[in-house]
Amino acid sequence: MFGFHYRLERKTIPFVLAIIGAASIGGFVEIAPLFTIHQTVESAPNMRVYTPLELAGRNIYIREGCYACHSQMIRTLRDDVERYGHYSLAVESKYDHPMLWGSKRTGPDLARIGGKYSDAWHVIHLNNPRDVVPESVMPAYTWLKRTELRTADLRLHLKALREVGVPYTDDMIANAPADAYGQANPGTPLADGVIKRYGETTDVNAFDGSPGNVTEMDALVAYLQILGRLTDVASNGPAAGAAEP
Amino acid sequence: MGIGERDPHTGHMTTGHEWNGITELNTPVPRPVYVFLAAAALFAILYWVLMPAWPTGGSYTKGLLGYDQRAAVAESLREAALGRAALTKKIAAEGFDAITADRDLMDTVRQTGRALFGDNCAACHGREATGNKGFPNLTTASWLWGGSPETIAETIRVGINSAHPDSRTSQMPAFGRDGVLPRIEIENVVAYVKSLSEPQSARGHEAAVAAGRKVFASTCAACHGEQGTGNSELGTPNLADQFWIYGGDSETLVKTVWGGRQGQMPTWEARLTPVERKILALYVYDLRRRQ
Repeated sequence: MFGFHYRLERKTIPFVLAIIGAASIGGFVEIAPLFTIHQTVESAPNMRVYTPLELAGRNIYIREGCYACHSQMIRTLRDDVERYGHYSLAVESKYDHPMLWGSKRTGPDLARIGGKYSDAWHVIHLNNPRDVVPESVMPAYTWLKRTELRTADLRLHLKALREVGVPYTDDMIANAPADAYGQANPGTPLADGVIKRYGETTDVNAFDGSPGNVTEMDALVAYLQILGRLTDVASNGPAAGAAEP
Repeated sequence: MGIGERDPHTGHMTTGHEWNGITELNTPVPRPVYVFLAAAALFAILYWVLMPAWPTGGSYTKGLLGYDQRAAVAESLREAALGRAALTKKIAAEGFDAITADRDLMDTVRQTGRALFGDNCAACHGREATGNKGFPNLTTASWLWGGSPETIAETIRVGINSAHPDSRTSQMPAFGRDGVLPRIEIENVVAYVKSLSEPQSARGHEAAVAAGRKVFASTCAACHGEQGTGNSELGTPNLADQFWIYGGDSETLVKTVWGGRQGQMPTWEARLTPVERKILALYVYDLRRRQ
């Protein structure tokens, strides 16, 4: 073996080819499993897309670096499943670009936080976590509630996501800023448009407690309240029941 | 330049390269490195055989061990449930009275309940269940929807103003914002409500309190009761005791009457099992009993 290498490293072209061969093993090992993707990723035909308001909230989640302390990935471990619910399925992140699975938990996992607490709690907690959880080390995000949400560029965000495979319709893209306003203002004509385009079960609420405007708090709370609820495949689909003893 | 010659000091060959009289030793790679390299390669091959590894067109190799993380977590959950089976069965079968009378069972409820409460309820109601502004204190005698274990369990199941179809519903209208009461009447009724729990606060404001009493009788008493003691059928709070959800100072009370209150508690039916909800109800009920 030693003699072989000794001779090989004295011949340039064969040595280069050998390096390429050895280095490509790593790539191959990472790429090969992707050929089984149709088998390992579940299907969720009724999964809905993020509304423009939720998408704006998701962008705020990324902007504020929430992913640095909160994961969105319930692992296939007993402790995780007993505390956070059914383990995360691959299909549940299919509209996430980029995914926000994370790898560090200073705070709890948020993959199924949607609906766990009330909107009012989220608003108080984001504004100053110590108001409801005295021992919390989470920073206060006081500016969310007083910052008007920028909705003018939402069409472009939806369009970009359609480029990578999220099934937004032309109608959804054209009405994105109006839908962002409508979802945070129940009882307005714009709110009806949200229901029409994104389905009956869409949360239409004055998320930050003050109707009449759309703040960054509205967007972030709307996003947090939909986490884990885009599809019910985990509770009703083929993988259901695994978490129930 | 000739291929190496033996170095007299180390006994190894040189590479044959020479720079200004300095030659380079051609020390062979130590044997243990090869041993570890071979062991790692062998491990990789074995692992490919034993574990799911390679795509094969329509499927993939499942591995001799047939290991599946999802099956593994299901199995460990089953085992855990089996370990708890005796207790969960007992808690599921027995009535609330029987459980509260059973000392051993209540010890379990206190332990398990504390973990469940910490995970699910403490965010709003506080770790010690003493509440926060807007989220009721659960250790007092003051209950919106009744404080028996049965009613607590039902509240946990359906929530308050929640998305559950059977949700308990109780919304205080915005008397000021919606123009039901003018500002002066709101201030009068607040003075009266404050005097219910703090009779000394009425001193010097007798006229306002008297006017507020009339407003209260016509506008508030339907839900909060003639004496303002609340109604657990409607989920209206007792205004005559010392416990406040949003605060009992005049400023907060004016805000409450002006803008109404639509406090929300989520439904836990989908998130927690019936036994878990029963344990939580007993745990919360027990908090006050223990004081």
